Amino acid sequence: MIRRAPRGLAEHAPILFPALMLVVFFVIPFSLMIAVSVFRRVPGGFYEPDLVFANYERFLTAFFGGVMSFSLGLAALVAALSVGIAFPFTYRLVKLSRGAQIRWLVFLLSILSLSEVIIGFAWSTLLSRTAGITNLFVALGLMAEPQSLSPSFGALLAGLVYQAFPYTVLVLYPALARLDPYLEEAARTLGSSPLRAFFTVVVPALRNTIVATTIMVFVFALGSYLLPQLLGRPQHWTLSVLITDQAIYQSNMPFAAAMAVFLVLVSLALVGLALLAGRREETA
Amino acid sequence: MSALVLDGLTKRYGPVTAVHGASLRIPHGQFVCLLGPSGCGKTTLLRMIAGLEDPSGGRLVIDGRDITTAPAHTREFGMVFQSLALFPHLTAGENIAYPLRIRGAAKAEQRKRADELLELVRLPGVADRPVSKLSGGQRQRVAIARALALSPKLFLLDEPLSALDAKLREAMQIELKQLQQRLGITTIVVTHDQREAMTMADLVVVMSQGRIHQAAPPMEVYRQPADAFVADFIGMTNLLEGEVTAPGTAAVPGGTLHLPDLPPTGRVLLSVRPEDVIVHPVGTDGPNRLSGTLSFMRDLGASVEFRIDVAGREIVALTRPQDRPPVSPGGALSVEFPPAACVVLPPMAERPQ
Repeated sequence: MIRRAPRGLAEHAPILFPALMLVVFFVIPFSLMIAVSVFRRVPGGFYEPDLVFANYERFLTAFFGGVMSFSLGLAALVAALSVGIAFPFTYRLVKLSRGAQIRWLVFLLSILSLSEVIIGFAWSTLLSRTAGITNLFVALGLMAEPQSLSPSFGALLAGLVYQAFPYTVLVLYPALARLDPYLEEAARTLGSSPLRAFFTVVVPALRNTIVATTIMVFVFALGSYLLPQLLGRPQHWTLSVLITDQAIYQSNMPFAAAMAVFLVLVSLALVGLALLAGRREETA
Repeated sequence: MSALVLDGLTKRYGPVTAVHGASLRIPHGQFVCLLGPSGCGKTTLLRMIAGLEDPSGGRLVIDGRDITTAPAHTREFGMVFQSLALFPHLTAGENIAYPLRIRGAAKAEQRKRADELLELVRLPGVADRPVSKLSGGQRQRVAIARALALSPKLFLLDEPLSALDAKLREAMQIELKQLQQRLGITTIVVTHDQREAMTMADLVVVMSQGRIHQAAPPMEVYRQPADAFVADFIGMTNLLEGEVTAPGTAAVPGGTLHLPDLPPTGRVLLSVRPEDVIVHPVGTDGPNRLSGTLSFMRDLGASVEFRIDVAGREIVALTRPQDRPPVSPGGALSVEFPPAACVVLPPMAERPQ
């Protein structure tokens, strides 16, 4: 295949439409949001054009700092757990027969197609006192009486990992499927037990893939705003929840916009890091 | 006592039997080639020896110790994979030192051993290079060095040279053989290339459809093939079906042949190498000759190849250019099968399937 940069208007045509859509639906709204973030709020009303940085100054408060560090910590934990579970899972998955792999991938894709609302309500029902899983434990004699497990931090974590897991598997799948299966066998003939071969060869050989996937899942979890409200307590609300709250219920658009700009910048920075990690893997 | 004994080693995958009861004794220091067409079970047999496949039946014994069910990582055999399987995240030196690192050897010792082994495979000075920066031949040497890092009892190679170009492959065959002789290590190589097997092996094990047909030194496999498959797979041959009609006489299509080694009665299969078939101009007379017509002839420089139609069967003969009889395609000639060159094989029906 000839690989050269496209020249002239005709050769650029195929990307004109997506580029236009990106400008209309991302660049313009994002610019508006940046503009609004420096506007001044009118108490009891809406906002009026100005150039103040008061909204950004509010980032320095303890409350905002608490929410921000909770959001980042939660996203990091979800990313670590998702990759920690999905990596060994995908490693086994790529060794199955083609038919079994396809059935698993279709199943995972069907989870991805579920809306966040359905996932949230399903988990809160599953963890509820009246209809939840604890009733099963009671029936089995493992527990004295049914308990409510939601809302709680554990419930929120379970819901977020459940939502991120199929996404993580699908991102890891190509790299693991391409990995030479003889690497692990070679490590075994050289004296590593299967478990040791996994940690000394398979994981390090895919280090950059793992880093890139972790960052992607982190960004994915950072944006969640529905599950924290459905499965968590108010102290478990993330920055995204706070933005919604400020924008819709407090009518403080400028502050919401400032927070949104901040979140987008953090996400973009992390995606950039992920791309950098991915590029290093390709050249290696 | 024999170093490695394979006793009825069998591997089944559901209804498919990949290896049927392979039995073999491999003495210390032998260079063995498992040779056969693709899908004949040679790689499966090697993987069972390495401990990467569990045998469905049979035993594997080394120096009197039964290792049939021992996990691969406890066997301490060195193996070179077809894909080489070099660890992409490590340098050449770290790849070679990997088995030492796993055993907790000190950094300095790892480095010393890696340098020694790189010296051994004639690739000094690349220890710090990432494996992706090495050429095909260099990777080959690193894979060999890594497999030898622990001075294993058994050195296993699965089609190790198949990724190299023809010229490099020839050079590596000779080098591998010399390396094996220097180290005196028992070596088993899987290959589908008979030339490779003939170059390197002390013992050639010819396999097809999961069975061992013959295990013998290369020249014996060529000169005394055990059956029609071996005769046909190793080099070119003429197979003649015949029937013993009288003691020492066999009727074949187009005439009769007088041979000393015939069974007393029944059907036989004769294998005669093209270079042993003698072509005579028509009109001359002698024993063990059949007459035919020349259907095709080509001069290959070092030899001349004749394809002769004898009673509807094609016989291939090779002669030196100076012995070429004066005949042109379509002409009649007679072909002689010297008794010493005719190998009597069991008839086709008795061939194991």
